[in-house]
Amino acid sequence: MSKVRVLVGTKKGAFVLNADGKRDKWEVNGPFFGGWEMYHVKGSPVDPNRLYASQSTSWFGQLIQRSNDGGKTWEPVENKFVYDGVPGTHQWYDGTPHPWEFKRVWHLEPSLTDAETVYAGVEDAALFRSTDGAKSWHEMSGLRKHGTGPHWTPGAGGMCLHTIILDPKDPKRMFIAISAAGAFRTDDGGETWKAINQGLVSEHIPDPKAEVGHCVHHVAMHGAKPDRLYMQKHWDVMRSDNAGDSWQEVSGNLPTDFGFVIDVHAHEPDTIYVVPIKSDSEHYPPDAKLRVYRSRSAGNEWEALGNGLPQSNCYVNVLRDAMSVDSLDKCGIYFGTTGGQVYMSPDAGDNWSPIVRDLPSVLSVEVQTLA
Amino acid sequence: MIRLQLPAHLRNLAGVNGEVSLRVDGAVSIDSVLDALEAQYPMLCGTIRDHVTHKRRPFVRFFACAEDWSHQPTDTPLPAAIVTGAEPLLIVGAIAGGK
Repeated sequence: MSKVRVLVGTKKGAFVLNADGKRDKWEVNGPFFGGWEMYHVKGSPVDPNRLYASQSTSWFGQLIQRSNDGGKTWEPVENKFVYDGVPGTHQWYDGTPHPWEFKRVWHLEPSLTDAETVYAGVEDAALFRSTDGAKSWHEMSGLRKHGTGPHWTPGAGGMCLHTIILDPKDPKRMFIAISAAGAFRTDDGGETWKAINQGLVSEHIPDPKAEVGHCVHHVAMHGAKPDRLYMQKHWDVMRSDNAGDSWQEVSGNLPTDFGFVIDVHAHEPDTIYVVPIKSDSEHYPPDAKLRVYRSRSAGNEWEALGNGLPQSNCYVNVLRDAMSVDSLDKCGIYFGTTGGQVYMSPDAGDNWSPIVRDLPSVLSVEVQTLA
Repeated sequence: MIRLQLPAHLRNLAGVNGEVSLRVDGAVSIDSVLDALEAQYPMLCGTIRDHVTHKRRPFVRFFACAEDWSHQPTDTPLPAAIVTGAEPLLIVGAIAGGK
């Protein structure tokens, strides 16, 4: 029988949740690295027991941990992230040039074809790659130096590269997103990049349709339709049908189009999920009801899914990397909250129940479906 | 031997209990003690000082003989009591660093 492993990063440690394919009884393991902020934990699609984890604190900086046994044991690997050449400057909050400074790793994306290769999205925004199982890291500086870099500015959470999407049909194509610069694509394995923000409209910047400066919160793609991208922007839910060359708004009937997460059903490329959040200052669900919204039409028409989720007095948030799906026949949907709950639905969102309720504030959720 | 006390998170990371003993050749300073520490425990590289600039991380402090050495030039010779091992050098996570 298949198994499911859920990798949870929290503000005070990592947790590994295990269940069989029924997904009704869960074993909770952890905390691993208690007291450390675990921004992201993700497994290799090639070798599911190979996990990579980003571990940091304001005291002791950034560490990278690696597991070769599905999270039972871990070893620290290389934590040295040095920008390529002279780092240069980006734009600071007050409009002045500010030197690029490494702060932390937000996202780790293992290669689709090689367990030793993994990508890291960092703050201040840059993309790094390791081809030796995280024993060394090298910046893919074509992104930061492609031309608009000096105009990138940090969002409220810092200038972070938080989303990395690898195209399963084209190994040279990759998408990334940065707050608050926007989305970018390479078609040549990272040598050159282009901003893919046409169609985004952000009222909080001087030119709402600028080439860069958009606060993209998350981007998702289904491997069967890699030219179709879904985006949760600061405000607005967007879709591209041409690999990001242009975007159209698909917020439709959502109660609010602010939010952080967006994800795609494992077997239905047109079925997507968001968690609407009231506003950019009120980071909790509208009407104090925690509801996932599902669209089966690639956006525009949305239905609220709240069965089993708190429907009163709920003031949690769901952060950008805190939703994931499994690939069992009946697709499971998972998300974690800033209140420490990890919820799962075994039926594509129709019904929900908590796996755990009282973890530290959840930063990330990734799901592995194991044979 | 130089005696060094690490904060709990770094003891866990290095896999040590209690104090660390370090052999330091030549002048004993913050720089040379950290060089010896990182050579013996490479997993601590980058956690106390920056990999490249060797600048102290903002929320890490160095205490020696009941004095705060955090703002001293890091090549300043440490007190004799540290050099002889009569007193340990303390590396401390500042109270300000938590959230």
